[in-house]
Amino acid sequence: MSDTDLQARGTTLSGDTDAEEGAPPPVQTLPLDAWHRARGGRMVEFAGYHMPVQYEGIMAEHLWTRESAGLFDVSHMGQLTFTGENVVATLEALLPADIAGLPMNKARYSLLLTEQGGILDDLMLTRQDHARIYMVVNGATKYDDIAHMIEHLPDDVTLNLMEDHALLAVQGPEAVAALARVVPGVDALVFMQAAAFAWQGHDLWISRSGYTGEDGCEISVPAEAVEALADALLAQPEVKPIGLGARDSLRLEAGLPLYGHDLDEETTPVMADLGFALSKRRREAGDFPGAARIAAEREGGAVLKRVGLLVEGRQPVREGATVVDADGSTVGRVTSGGFAPSVGAPIAMAYVPAALAAPGTTIQLAQRGKVHQATVAAMPFVPHRYFRGVK
Amino acid sequence: MSRYFTEDHEWIDVDGDTGTVGISDYAQGQLGDIVFVEVPDEGRQLTKGDEAAVVESVKAASDVYSPVSGNVVEGNAALADDPSLVNSDPEGEGWFFRIQLSDPSELEELMDEAAYEAFVAKL
Repeated sequence: MSDTDLQARGTTLSGDTDAEEGAPPPVQTLPLDAWHRARGGRMVEFAGYHMPVQYEGIMAEHLWTRESAGLFDVSHMGQLTFTGENVVATLEALLPADIAGLPMNKARYSLLLTEQGGILDDLMLTRQDHARIYMVVNGATKYDDIAHMIEHLPDDVTLNLMEDHALLAVQGPEAVAALARVVPGVDALVFMQAAAFAWQGHDLWISRSGYTGEDGCEISVPAEAVEALADALLAQPEVKPIGLGARDSLRLEAGLPLYGHDLDEETTPVMADLGFALSKRRREAGDFPGAARIAAEREGGAVLKRVGLLVEGRQPVREGATVVDADGSTVGRVTSGGFAPSVGAPIAMAYVPAALAAPGTTIQLAQRGKVHQATVAAMPFVPHRYFRGVK
Repeated sequence: MSRYFTEDHEWIDVDGDTGTVGISDYAQGQLGDIVFVEVPDEGRQLTKGDEAAVVESVKAASDVYSPVSGNVVEGNAALADDPSLVNSDPEGEGWFFRIQLSDPSELEELMDEAAYEAFVAKL
């Protein structure tokens, strides 16, 4: 037996570290490294760090998160702050988000764009006050992001990489109830709202958001306090530790793209079906990188579009499989795929020609010499259960 | 009946000139949750080392190689409906296929249970 696809799949789990010539940098450890190992975490390299891919098993962890609450260590991600009177205008020059119109303590999903409108990274940003923005970027791209942004920063805006902070996520229908026992008051937040909290003398920054499609929070915590906080969360009966494997299957079911796989520099927001990240004011002003191309694509449609696929049968179709037409010619590509535990069937994300992008369209996929039938499906595959407040 | 193992974590139980092939408990533990298995059709001729079956976990797809040469006499049809048998009973109900050995001397190159245990202990 051999893991033919472990390499390809390993790419998913090892993030987007470009395989450049020369010796790879040493794999780094995160503050919870020993904590994961002590709890049976099977460690793999991801985004340049040793991280747990699973504890008891991906399927069980996935289903537990959907029915109760999962604790994720996502400390590999880049936590940044930008401070300075001109911080809003500075970042708006790099992103299509309406930051000026963003209320304090509201989080927004946005995209770092090239001049051609390609996606350098996807990220979350929050205004902490009029002159301070907190941003979370992908772990595998954080140093490239910083290099790109520093080039465009005026002297009076300061970028800080919060290397002394860890990031936890608690996700699932019971997540906020469990977290609120540890950090009273977090249940007052609604989806995409954030606030500062104090816990045992430490400053936390908690956002009601996540990457699973479930209700839950992401918690920025000083590295020296993260182990105690993780212990306090795990002491809640609803909470189990969840590895990267289930994080990937959960986000796939939620229809959320993964940078380096479903998104890259060749992908535009319109191709990626992330038009919601283009704020109205910014679209009308056309004053962000790649605005002209993106406006043209919004008008005339992109050549390729990211869609969800329900795959017939039981065999997973994974990243690297191709979309083929009746003649067997390649017309698109699968960028993420796997067995969806909550759906009970294989699902995928793919880029397909615009003519094949409507839900219900039947398409063919080729993988290792075998053709699979699939149907374009609306995403998410599993409904989002965000808490938007009591109406 | 004797059981042999390969370094690629297949096992084969041999009874007369017929062998039953599966993957080891160690292998299923490494793969994690099995969600799909493709077994060879009856009548397929396999040479030792051929890709005989495919096993897919949530994480990855893997090939299962034939530990011996011969003629497939049966694939385990139960795995199509319940691939998790490979997790729950890898060295029993979760077998992959039965094969009529064409060259039983190939078994001499395989490990016995004790040798396989020692092999896995070093991984």
